[in-house]
Amino acid sequence: MGYQWHWSVFLQAPSDGQTYLDWLFSGLGVTVALGLSAWVVALILGVFLGTLRTLPNRLLSGIAACYVELFRNVPLLVQIFIWYFAMPELLPGGEIVKAMPPMQQQFLMAMLCLGMFTAARVCEQVRSGIESLPRGQKGAGLALGLTLGQTYRLVLLPMAMRIVLPPLTSEFLNIFKNSAVASTIGLLELAAQGRQLVDYTAQPYEAFIAVTLAYMTINITVMSLMRVIEHKTSLPGMVGK
Amino acid sequence: MAYEFDFSSVTPAAIKVLGDGMLVSLKITAVAIVFGMVWGTLLAMMRLSRQRPLRWFAAGYVNLFRSVPLVMVLLWFFLIVPQLLQKLFGLSPANDLRMTSALVAFALFEAAYYAEIIRAGINSVSRGQLAAAYALGLNYPQAMGMIILPQAFRNMVPLLLTQGIVLFQDTSLVYVSALADFFGRAYSIGERNGRIIELLFVAGSVYFIICFSMSLMVKRYRKKVAT
Repeated sequence: MGYQWHWSVFLQAPSDGQTYLDWLFSGLGVTVALGLSAWVVALILGVFLGTLRTLPNRLLSGIAACYVELFRNVPLLVQIFIWYFAMPELLPGGEIVKAMPPMQQQFLMAMLCLGMFTAARVCEQVRSGIESLPRGQKGAGLALGLTLGQTYRLVLLPMAMRIVLPPLTSEFLNIFKNSAVASTIGLLELAAQGRQLVDYTAQPYEAFIAVTLAYMTINITVMSLMRVIEHKTSLPGMVGK
Repeated sequence: MAYEFDFSSVTPAAIKVLGDGMLVSLKITAVAIVFGMVWGTLLAMMRLSRQRPLRWFAAGYVNLFRSVPLVMVLLWFFLIVPQLLQKLFGLSPANDLRMTSALVAFALFEAAYYAEIIRAGINSVSRGQLAAAYALGLNYPQAMGMIILPQAFRNMVPLLLTQGIVLFQDTSLVYVSALADFFGRAYSIGERNGRIIELLFVAGSVYFIICFSMSLMVKRYRKKVAT
């Protein structure tokens, strides 16, 4: 094909003692940190919204429904640009964000964007988990004298969360994949480091293969981890044991 | 503090430019849906086939594409497709092959996602249907084509349409290759006039209106079928 493979390129150092391999690992670190921190936002907000969605109060469930529709029907790329370019101008406290170093600013905005984007998906999973429970569970909780809040906290959510663990796993995987979109606002995560490597080394195949393998490694690690958690927390007496 | 919105850069001329960009986005979506579904159906049938190499190939393909971010897939195809086409057809490097690369990338990428939906659809058809088809003297392709797939597709229509909406949103990611789709044009109009924020909100609203009305239609269809 005429392409010169040159794998040792990763060991070369462009400047300041860091090799290209170090660049890749720093990108991997940013991707993992971004995915995990965004996942915390998504999980907390998503479970909260998913609970709201099943409440008898129409106003509260309506608010959650609007949130889901808004965040599901605008492309992630547009959302991340709005977070990065528009939110610091429009929201109070924007000056503090604008005063941050660029890297922190990009990371914070990408985290909020991915977290809130994924929260909409988590919300729908949690809702369907709660709705899949037999209606008697809520009635039984209330009949025992628990308040509605206690019924959710002690009965419905512990059951529902364990049922929705498999679909949540795929959202967890998605958050790492979606984090590649953060490269468009200049955050130097894995995909961005890959592109930068191409510019510096003119060895596109090696760079892209390395980045692709890194994403696959994240994927496999998350899947095996979640399999262990699913096994540990699976509900006794269910079919999918 | 209060930001002053100024939408004066959205002139009739700008709207026409945006409209042309929307045609690019829709073209990518349409091509990816058609080819993705055809190739996805073949992949799904391979995954369910008795031939081990076919099954492995399809499983490997689907898992590979599903474990890599779309941004990365697009970067790969913007690298490979032009080189390959130039070699095969002796095209000069001056030709702009970004559109072709985007079409190929989206079709192959979406096929992996469609394959999973279609596989689940085929699995949801009762096994007795296949046995009944064989008993009537149909062979495997006939049974698949005339009995199993039509029923599977009927069950899958809402999911396939929802995936289509997701795909339409994902086409905005051709931004990484600077291909001028709807979003790319909106952004460059905003950049030229120093009004990025306004144009981002315009682009977001247009995407929202299209995707929200499509998903309402899917919801209505689902209700109609369910009753």
